[in-house]
Amino acid sequence: MLRWIVWRDLMLAWRRRADMLSTVFFFVIVVSLFPLGIGPETQLLRTIAPGVVWVAALLASMLSLGRLFANDYQDGTLEQLLLTPQPLFLVVLGKTFAHWIVAELPLVLIAPLVGVQFDLSRETLWILFLSLLVGTPVLSLIGSVGAALTLGLRGGGVLISLLVLPLYIPALIFGAGAVEASVMGTSPSAHLSLLGAFAIVSLLFSPWATAAALRISLE
Amino acid sequence: MSRALKLTNRPQSVTIAAEGRQKILEVSKLGCVRGDRRLFSGLDLSVSPGTFVQLTGPNGSGKTSLLRILCTLLTPAEGQISWNGADIRSLGEEYVAHVTYLGHRHGIKDELSAVENLRISNALHGVSVSKERAAEALGRMGLAGRESLPARMLSEGQRRRTGLARLLVCDTKLWLLDEVLTSLDKGAVSLVRSLIENHVAGGGIAIVATHQDLELPADHTKRLELTT
Repeated sequence: MLRWIVWRDLMLAWRRRADMLSTVFFFVIVVSLFPLGIGPETQLLRTIAPGVVWVAALLASMLSLGRLFANDYQDGTLEQLLLTPQPLFLVVLGKTFAHWIVAELPLVLIAPLVGVQFDLSRETLWILFLSLLVGTPVLSLIGSVGAALTLGLRGGGVLISLLVLPLYIPALIFGAGAVEASVMGTSPSAHLSLLGAFAIVSLLFSPWATAAALRISLE
Repeated sequence: MSRALKLTNRPQSVTIAAEGRQKILEVSKLGCVRGDRRLFSGLDLSVSPGTFVQLTGPNGSGKTSLLRILCTLLTPAEGQISWNGADIRSLGEEYVAHVTYLGHRHGIKDELSAVENLRISNALHGVSVSKERAAEALGRMGLAGRESLPARMLSEGQRRRTGLARLLVCDTKLWLLDEVLTSLDKGAVSLVRSLIENHVAGGGIAIVATHQDLELPADHTKRLELTT
């Protein structure tokens, strides 16, 4: 069942590849603007790199969150998903997982590449990759609550940002903190553990919150 | 201002025969409020297997709301609905597994073909449908040769037919159909009519909101008229 939801959403995303690519390009361009604007001051670039990459990832995920439920809502398939004979949080979990694969995983994979522009060492690039791998599920999970709450509202896109970005702050602090620690030459493991803990907490709570929000939005 | 409810069972003689059968879906004192408007209140309805309920009433009288309440998408303001004697809210997914709801919106994905739409929507409802079976069902709905086109290439009526093809492959007991006859041609309307007739003859229940008279055999038909 869960498999079908994930497969359905992946197939839909594949048929609309342009949406997926626009998120990735947005991320690449925003990250690339900083080295271009600041110039070849490697020390400064190394210092700002963790924050820049992480903030760009947060903003890029804002672009895709609006579509998480909105398309299904408009054509009536979301109603049908609510009426499937399994717990709604499983449906939500499947959709969120598909969203992570489509919208976040490409960012995680491409981040080490764009990180090279900031003169990061190989080890730091690895930590950057790792922190995004652990942290981006948080973005999809918490983002899904915001997407469900703003469903069907006009100007929902802006509202999602206002609602969700503040909740991303812990992920941003620990994620960027891990990379920063690696830049400074200290161990990033404490930050990564906290980021992992945050990811587990959001995995436990957000599918239920999203399911409840969807029921309210569809009444 | 009375918001009275007219519930007419006709013909009288046959309702008595129906009384003998066990009521499977029972609605008591149901009330619905949308915004600050009370759409209906004190609605009672009991349906036994093998019944077709035609839901009529002017626009805005609450037909859609009633159907959405019956499929648990909407929470009623008051009243109780029970299925086999148990409250549908407490049954949850167990109840939903008996229901097929088709609403105003087709529930069709534009990016997917008709076959994919049909197979996926059924798989999500726990019924696996083979490609051949899906194609055959779509063929019966008059979509032969168009099964693998993306749904966005289909006309409004053809998309509606794609959505209705689910009725051919699902094995649920309770059908809740909301204005599904809009934008269908005569042939499709009579096809839907025969589908409902078969379903009812096989012991199923169909509650259909429509302005068209489906003229099903009167001994299995109940009429529920909502007023504003």
